[in-house]
Amino acid sequence: MSKAKAKYRALRMPVRYLINTVLVVLLFFALQALSTGVLSTYQNKVLLLVGINIILAVSLNVATGYLGQLPLGHAGFMAVGAYTSALFTKYCTWPEPVAFAAGLALGAAMACLFGVLIGIPALRLSGDYLAILTLGFGEIIRITLNNIDNVLGFSLFYGAKGLKNIPKYSDLLSVFLCVVLTCFFIHTMIKSRHGRAVLAIRDNEIAAESCGIQTTYYKVMAFSFSAAFAGLAGGLYAGYLGVLDPASFDFMKSIEILVMVVLGGMGSMLGSILSATVLTILPEALRSVADYRMVLYSIVLILMMIFRPGGLLGSYDFSLSRIISKVLSHGGKEETTHE
Amino acid sequence: MKQSISRRQFLAVVGAAAAVGALTACGSSSSSTSTAASAASGEASGSAEGGATIKVGLLAPLTGDVSVYGIAVANGAALYIKQVNEAGGINGKQIDLIQMDEQGDATQAVTCFTQMVDQGITALIGDVTTTPTLAVVAESQEYNMPMVSASATAEAVTYDAETDTVYQNVFRTTFTDPFQGVKMADYATDKLGYTKAAVIYQTGADYNEGLATNFEAEFEANGGQIVASETYSAGDVDFKTQLTTILNAGPEVVYCPNYYEDVGQILTQAADVGLTVPFLGGDGWDGVTQYATAEQLDGCYFCANYAVGASPEFESAYEAEYGEPYPNGFSPLGYDAALTVCGGLEAAEAAGLEPGTDEYKQAVIDGIKNGSFEGVTGTFTFDDHNDPVKTAAILTFENGEAVFVEQY
Amino acid sequence: MTVFFSQLINGLSLGSIYALIALGYSMVYGIILLLNFAHGDIIMVGAYMSWFVMNQLGLGPVTAVCASILTCTVLGVVIEKIAYTPLRDAPRLSLLITAIGVSFFLEYTAELILGSGAKVIPAYFENQVFQIGSVNLSLTTILTLAAMVISMIVLTLLVQRTKLGKAMRAVSEDMDAARLMGVNVNSTISFTFAVGSALAGIGSVLYCCSYPQATPTMGSMLGLKAFVAAVLGGIGSIPGAMIGGLAIGVCESLVSAVGLSAWRDAATFAILIIVLLVKPTGILGRQVQEKV
Repeated sequence: MSKAKAKYRALRMPVRYLINTVLVVLLFFALQALSTGVLSTYQNKVLLLVGINIILAVSLNVATGYLGQLPLGHAGFMAVGAYTSALFTKYCTWPEPVAFAAGLALGAAMACLFGVLIGIPALRLSGDYLAILTLGFGEIIRITLNNIDNVLGFSLFYGAKGLKNIPKYSDLLSVFLCVVLTCFFIHTMIKSRHGRAVLAIRDNEIAAESCGIQTTYYKVMAFSFSAAFAGLAGGLYAGYLGVLDPASFDFMKSIEILVMVVLGGMGSMLGSILSATVLTILPEALRSVADYRMVLYSIVLILMMIFRPGGLLGSYDFSLSRIISKVLSHGGKEETTHE
Repeated sequence: MKQSISRRQFLAVVGAAAAVGALTACGSSSSSTSTAASAASGEASGSAEGGATIKVGLLAPLTGDVSVYGIAVANGAALYIKQVNEAGGINGKQIDLIQMDEQGDATQAVTCFTQMVDQGITALIGDVTTTPTLAVVAESQEYNMPMVSASATAEAVTYDAETDTVYQNVFRTTFTDPFQGVKMADYATDKLGYTKAAVIYQTGADYNEGLATNFEAEFEANGGQIVASETYSAGDVDFKTQLTTILNAGPEVVYCPNYYEDVGQILTQAADVGLTVPFLGGDGWDGVTQYATAEQLDGCYFCANYAVGASPEFESAYEAEYGEPYPNGFSPLGYDAALTVCGGLEAAEAAGLEPGTDEYKQAVIDGIKNGSFEGVTGTFTFDDHNDPVKTAAILTFENGEAVFVEQY
Repeated sequence: MTVFFSQLINGLSLGSIYALIALGYSMVYGIILLLNFAHGDIIMVGAYMSWFVMNQLGLGPVTAVCASILTCTVLGVVIEKIAYTPLRDAPRLSLLITAIGVSFFLEYTAELILGSGAKVIPAYFENQVFQIGSVNLSLTTILTLAAMVISMIVLTLLVQRTKLGKAMRAVSEDMDAARLMGVNVNSTISFTFAVGSALAGIGSVLYCCSYPQATPTMGSMLGLKAFVAAVLGGIGSIPGAMIGGLAIGVCESLVSAVGLSAWRDAATFAILIIVLLVKPTGILGRQVQEKV
């Protein structure tokens, strides 16, 4: 423990902070240059999708990887965020960046609210029951979006006709920012006191409870956190596509996100990011063998569970600071200091 | 205190680092997509023979739930393009058909479409189902890309009611939902003399709802009475409850504007619950004969774009090309969509323009807009809303086979 | 009133199919605590088998019924051996994800081979409609109900009166203790899968009598609803599965009958949610104390 702290000390905090910020900014400019200079329209589209899928996978990872539950209704939260944000931006007359930011925030907030509403009853259960319950909620959200207009007699969601004319605000900058924010927030949350409580619940709920951790509170918190970012991704998705249809948020979509998380390694953010990237690009590259895609997915899923249940990266997470510290302290003596 | 703050900040930094990792991933993704694009650009048929080619995109769900319809459209369209190329192409230029599978998904449809644009298509045949088509329509505005959908029946595909604008570049070869519903209601009252009808349709689906509501309105306007209006959801297989309700309402006829697979289930179960009145349907019925018995289909009528047997040349060409009879009404519509696009291309070629340019695309659009087309689903022109103006074929059944009655 | 009875019969006929499938779910869940997502897809395979035997091979309905049930049984055991046995000691989450993987594998393989279009299954027998009072009752419905009740009785006898049944109960009670008492756990679990899948096979035949079409995804929603039925009745309980299945079937029928058919699936899931929140063990389930 203290050894680890010694490593942190090898590089002063503000320096690390600065390095990372600079890197993120540099990366953005690199991407920007790449997207305007090298990439075709199509490749830019795929790049945005990669970003959206990263947010989805990373957010589901909070519930599966860190909390150790298996929600099967992630697409439902995405739908809530997508419709909220779409309706807001569609009817809002504010200037574009403000409207879009507000729409995304609103979408995330609404998804978070649904996360709390669904989480409170759902998280009283665990394992398979929770999975099936969230699946049920996800389906109910979809069915409701499909039929609510007919019931209430207005034309707002447009059901299966598709919600059209959503302003297409999603661009590289906004998606990039959202990815950075999502990763940042989730990472900080999970490394905080709250995050440790969540991990403790995952590892042994009864033990955690007897240590005085309010399991219900933390479970609902992690769950709604996960839902909120799914909502954010939904908002970006709405702004990307310009048209929404409840059928896009079915059970299959939830499974698709789950596969990303499982493949990357439950509990590894880097794993989720990498597998979301790969699983977005691979089908594009393999469009000619699209027939086999889903069969391959399912085989991969089964084989992963049998031979490498932890996912490709397990719970390994990437830390630049750790690497830098290692490089800097290379050859130097690793003395133990006390704070 | 100091320690806790610094740790928190440290974690924040690590968060940023993770984000960097994320974005590095993005960066690497971009480079690999370029190879993806070039790899996926295959599947082009009718390759050029030295001379210039005209690139046309064909977008359809070839895998997934709705692939039955997608494959039918794609096969029909590809058949026509092949025939054109064999006959020497348009203005001596071969058509390079770029076919892509969007798996019935709107997101995929948009990425496929942009990929086609990058490959330089000058017109698009597609999409097939409503939502992906809407997504592609929204995207196509930016490029003023001429597109002809074979099967997207929703009014919203060519006309935006919210802003009262017609999408100038979007056409379709199938007739619209309101048109069909109204036609069938008129036929039911005027020709068949029914006065009491029930309706059963899939809710949450644009096509079925569109046909049903227009039928109901027109049937009542004609002095008829709708005694029951029942719905079901996508994927349902049990219709007995709704059919029992209909049975008890005592209609003379049931309007069932759904796709043939569901229609097969409904007809079978209607017999189970003792509902024996005849059924009426829309163009989704084309193909129903494999799914219901002669007895169940007795006395049923449906209206269709394409009357079975209307073009023996098309039917035999399809069978020769794909080794099986055309599967449903989507194939002739796909064939006509390709025909429409080629009509537009001919006009643009006649003007001596360079394929791929904006003027060329506009010329294709104008060519379609002002042209008159003799397809296998009839002769048609396009109206103000870019919908085809044509008559509906009314069909009935004899010994379980669909037979043409009249153009109505 | 006539309408009500007609709708009730519709519901019971639908519910019987749910009940049979729910039984398979319930048995598997009872013994290894696995929510076997692939159970619904086994039904799909059974339906395609019927289609293949009757339509492609041109053989009779009796052969088709036997082939369907046999295929389902074998498939269930094979899935258990290949996908679930290696995970016997793995976390429940891994097992559940594997089950989802198996389910998708079956669905998409079927779609790859046979296409997404529906295949029509020829009628097994000439259907007749009887008029009792003003209520129409079809032969299919009567057979479905009868098959469900008979299966239920046979299964209860199997579980309660035979040695294998005793072994099954022992394994579901405590796997390690059962092993120590000389029960062959592996073969008992395989046997449970075989029985559960055979019931799915019977379910698939009955399903095809009423709804004679096979599609690659027909099993997924069916399986989910059967699971809801199993949970409602109390998982692990044979009469519970029956009650749950019939209740779900009748509920769906009544929801449609009052004109809310668009909300039919939503109603099923709402029932599930309410049951899970109010009485997670279901109507006839037992309370199990969580052990530390």
